[in-house]
Amino acid sequence: MTEAKTYTPGQHPNLPPPPNMVGSMAWLRDNLFSSWTNGALTFLSAALLIFIVPPVLDWAFLNATFSGESRDACAAATGACWAVITARFDQFVYGLYPSEATWRINIAFVGLLIAVTPWLAPRVPFKKAFVIFSLAYPLLALWLLAGGLGLEPVYTGRWGGFMLTLVIGVTGIVASLPLGIMLALGRQSDLPIVHTLSVTFIEVVRGVPLIMFLFMASNMLNLFLPQGVTFDLLMRALIAVTLFSAAYLAEVVRGGLQAIPKGQLEAAQAMGLNYWQAMAYIILPQALRTVIPGIVNSFIALFKDTSLVAIIGLFDLLNMAKAIVTDVTWQGLSIEVYVFSAFIYWIVCFGMSRYSIWLEGRLGGGIEGTR
Amino acid sequence: MSMTDNASNITGPGPAVQMEGVHKWFDQFHVLKDINLTVSNGERVVICGPSGSGKSTLIRCVNRLEAHQRGQIFVEGTEITNDVKHIDTIRREVGMVFQQFNLFPHMTVLENCTIALTKVRRMPKAEADKVAMEYLERVRIPEQAQKFPGQLSGGQQQRVAIARALCMRPRIMLFDEPTSALDPEMIKEVLDVMVDLAESGMTMMVVTHEMGFAREVADRMVFMDEGEIIEVAPPSVFFSNPASDRTKLFLSQILDH
Repeated sequence: MTEAKTYTPGQHPNLPPPPNMVGSMAWLRDNLFSSWTNGALTFLSAALLIFIVPPVLDWAFLNATFSGESRDACAAATGACWAVITARFDQFVYGLYPSEATWRINIAFVGLLIAVTPWLAPRVPFKKAFVIFSLAYPLLALWLLAGGLGLEPVYTGRWGGFMLTLVIGVTGIVASLPLGIMLALGRQSDLPIVHTLSVTFIEVVRGVPLIMFLFMASNMLNLFLPQGVTFDLLMRALIAVTLFSAAYLAEVVRGGLQAIPKGQLEAAQAMGLNYWQAMAYIILPQALRTVIPGIVNSFIALFKDTSLVAIIGLFDLLNMAKAIVTDVTWQGLSIEVYVFSAFIYWIVCFGMSRYSIWLEGRLGGGIEGTR
Repeated sequence: MSMTDNASNITGPGPAVQMEGVHKWFDQFHVLKDINLTVSNGERVVICGPSGSGKSTLIRCVNRLEAHQRGQIFVEGTEITNDVKHIDTIRREVGMVFQQFNLFPHMTVLENCTIALTKVRRMPKAEADKVAMEYLERVRIPEQAQKFPGQLSGGQQQRVAIARALCMRPRIMLFDEPTSALDPEMIKEVLDVMVDLAESGMTMMVVTHEMGFAREVADRMVFMDEGEIIEVAPPSVFFSNPASDRTKLFLSQILDH
């Protein structure tokens, strides 16, 4: 200990913090042993980890079988039989899509990655070219996946697996956000017709389960269409999922709109911006930014809800998994198949979640505490 | 109709703002009662009165942030009606500065100033930047152009708001209590900019409690109470020899503290 020293006012130097405030010991004390109960919980957690982690590792990796032609290949091992995944990987990914045409799905997937880049990345070179590609992408993807115009047509009943889940999820997300924004603006509109229509749509759709919509889309639509007119089952599911998600997004976006002070719109109007300009440049950029967590939450829910289309007979990732489980060659491997499917859902949803956290952090910089 | 004839007569060198028998209600509440006020081109009018007297509502009627229900308002000869085209025309002639600044927090200072130029006037970005920098220099903060509003002090933000309004080259400027939300030490920098603006010959309608500023720049003082214009007088008369008892009471309250 140094002895107390006095300084003339205005001359006090910055001193280093006391030693017990920094370093690894301080970290341990602050984070693991800050009190008796926390210390006890630390030991308890450590014990649990020791009990749980090794058996899981054992099952999933050390004693697992990764390849084989049937269930018998796994007979010797005590761990997971991942052979079912490797053997049936194509069905998990492509469903019943003709194997000689799966390259089209691969190209469509690469195209998807390129198409989303300008919307997700803050700055990309050649942004204009990227955006043009994005806008053209839906048609390109439709052509690649469904065929026609020189490509072998593939009926949507053969679409399946992760590819189908992705088609429903991405279409739902891309179509429901603009629709949700329009509904939210409509709900705030001064025009009575627009307001009433928006409120009615939102409240009706939110009051009915998604499965109900899917059932209605798959069964009841036929009653209203003339004889002989068919309407693709996948298309019906896409519409049902999109409308459903849009109603929820509308309420999320409305929360954001309400968080923007009235003065922002007044300032925009006073400068001569019209309603759409004020919304596009002033209100929505701020409103959407404040509700990014809610929007991404809705997207994650939507992506997981795509598994409900299994109920109307579409072979998405989950329904495909179910079909593989019932396969005689691989009987009794439901744990492996479902763990793998769950892992795929988790990867996508966790990715969205991390992206939203990153986005919030980036957009938050430099504009805090304003107005 | 004689009114329409009047309207066409006052284009050009006529009054900047003309309010005739204007009434306004918020639901049941009669907030503006028979307002008659004419502001000439280049004139500076300061409007004062107790809170709730309708002074903010009055100037917000001039650029149609509030709609009046009875009477007529002409701005540079154009009558304010429900016609969106007229409202757009008028808003291009009238700039406004708010108590809470209302800068756009997601845009830089420069973008705040150029957004209306590029979107409403369809000016190329480079040209808009030049115009914006010119006005940011005029309010003495060109060096803050690349910052976000949240990084500026209140006084700086309000000066940006003034520059932003001036970028549209308005013929009339409305100020709605521009210094009321400022810390005391920042009021002067904003008032200095407003005095400069007044000296440049801008037509101004200012709602404020800054009586020093009013004395210095106002051509006429308007005193409002309970939705009515009680008294209109040049500052020399208004401060030394007010006609109405209500004006006297208000002045004694506001000047004594």
